[in-house]
Amino acid sequence: MHISIEAIAKTFGVTNALHPVSLSIPQGALVALLGPSGSGKTTLLRILGGLEQPTAGRILFDGQDVGRLSVQDRRAGFVFQSYALFRHMTVFENVAYGLRARPRATRPAPAAIAQRVTDLLRLIQLPDIGARYPAQLSGGQRQRVALARALAIDPRMLLLDEPFGALDAQVRKDLRAGLRDIHDQTGLTTIFVTHDQEEAMTLADLVVVMSMGRIEQIGRPKEIRQAPANAFVRAFIAS
Amino acid sequence: MTFASANPAAGPATSERLPVRLALIALACTGLAILVIAPLVVVFAEALRDGWSAALASLGNPDARSAIRLTLTVAAIAVPLNAVFGIAAAWAITKFDFRGKALLITLIDLPFSVSPVVAGLCIVLLFGANSTLGGWLVAQGHPVVFALPGIVLATLFITFPFVARELIPLMIEQGRAEEEAALTLGATGWRTFRTVTLPNIRWALLYGVLLCNARAMGEFGAVAVVSGKIRGQTATMPITIEMLYNEYLSVAAFTLAAVLALLALVTLALKSLLDRQHADQIAAIGQP
Ligand SMILES: Nc1ncnc2c1ncn2[C@@H]1O[C@H](COP(=O)(O)OP(=O)(O)O)[C@@H](O)[C@H]1O
Ligand SMILES: [Mg+2]
Repeated sequence: MHISIEAIAKTFGVTNALHPVSLSIPQGALVALLGPSGSGKTTLLRILGGLEQPTAGRILFDGQDVGRLSVQDRRAGFVFQSYALFRHMTVFENVAYGLRARPRATRPAPAAIAQRVTDLLRLIQLPDIGARYPAQLSGGQRQRVALARALAIDPRMLLLDEPFGALDAQVRKDLRAGLRDIHDQTGLTTIFVTHDQEEAMTLADLVVVMSMGRIEQIGRPKEIRQAPANAFVRAFIAS
Repeated sequence: MTFASANPAAGPATSERLPVRLALIALACTGLAILVIAPLVVVFAEALRDGWSAALASLGNPDARSAIRLTLTVAAIAVPLNAVFGIAAAWAITKFDFRGKALLITLIDLPFSVSPVVAGLCIVLLFGANSTLGGWLVAQGHPVVFALPGIVLATLFITFPFVARELIPLMIEQGRAEEEAALTLGATGWRTFRTVTLPNIRWALLYGVLLCNARAMGEFGAVAVVSGKIRGQTATMPITIEMLYNEYLSVAAFTLAAVLALLALVTLALKSLLDRQHADQIAAIGQP
């Protein structure tokens, strides 16, 4: 899906979280929102997902204004920073949640739901953990379950907030490759937030560098590395 | 947690010497014995002073029966209502940002700081036959004061904080992320509440309900003012106990008191059972 962000701004009381920012994301791209903490990345992601209302501007999904579309109707596969798995449900129930939440008319039969969950657990390469609870999983496993849960609703796009943030280096590397694979297999337009420039550069097709609520530069990793738009970008990617 | 107790190799949790520790334990036990256990023992001993049959006979008295029925009725109405109000207040405070939130949090604690007698008087002033509202209600045939509705109102006011107070810290600690996740997965607000919020708070909720119930059955001051203490009609268990005692009917008074104490003890036992099994959730420490 093509996503168009047109002069989106957001203020929280007196805090200007986003100055008007504009961005066009092509169908099927893997995009990194890169910037230091507090630069407005999460806010932009939450506005895309419908979890936050922008103060000004509009968002188009395939040319359709989604300003009036509720969180539920946006059908964005959202992976939260701390994963937000349902702690009182098993992995199976977590992944099945979105399918079971559908209105009766479009809800798949229990057997079909079970099949879909099994397929997704296989996709994230954790076929045997359906009966476990989130507390019994490692950080990397939780992240993958959160991804499977988001994929279960057959989302129109994937939005991931610091998906590798809390993990150690080796797990990070594996999961990066995992995200790339899933992106390539599903062809979903995917936006992930990170403050790690190496992660953004190695994983994304398109990198959006942000600072203090503004977009400093948009480009392919190579372009950004070779021609930083300004002093901030130069300093940030050198770090 | 002290440094010493965080490190098992460092020996006992405190550096107090044995005599000091024994003295402190003795002090605590004496206090407990005098303030808590002795009164309980006395209540049961006084109730059974003339034997089981006399005690049971006093419970057969219509006034005693009416008091037990009334107290259970009031609790059965007030506790579920306050559970709903408490959930609503905790939900609003922890899941939404709005103006006047700090004020709401302060107001929740008001019943703890206002004397129950004052609360009762306020209800009488608002709903008594001499007030506009109360006069109208009496004319409609629905008196509030000196009747069940007033007793329920007083109990609602006094026990309002228990559920909300139990839930707020836990819900703050759990944050909003799981609810938001449910919404992004397509769940409606109600479904999110039912399948995510409620299961996450269930033990703390039950705990709050038990505390609320214990207080609802035991409330004296506010109910004494609004009920008019009409024997056999508006006298709850605590009020009947006081009246019987004042009339030197001590077996009857203490038997009823023993029943009330038993109800409280059952509540306490359930509470500590919950404490043991779900201490983590009740103390607002989530799992992952
Ligand atoms: N709910 C909120 N209320 C008030 N301020 C907020 C809220 N969310 C974010 N902010 C502020 O908006 C700015 C951008 O935050 P955020 O989008 O979380 O940045 P990032 O994800 O890049 O670290 C920060 O200054 C932050 O303090
Ligand atoms: Mg962030």
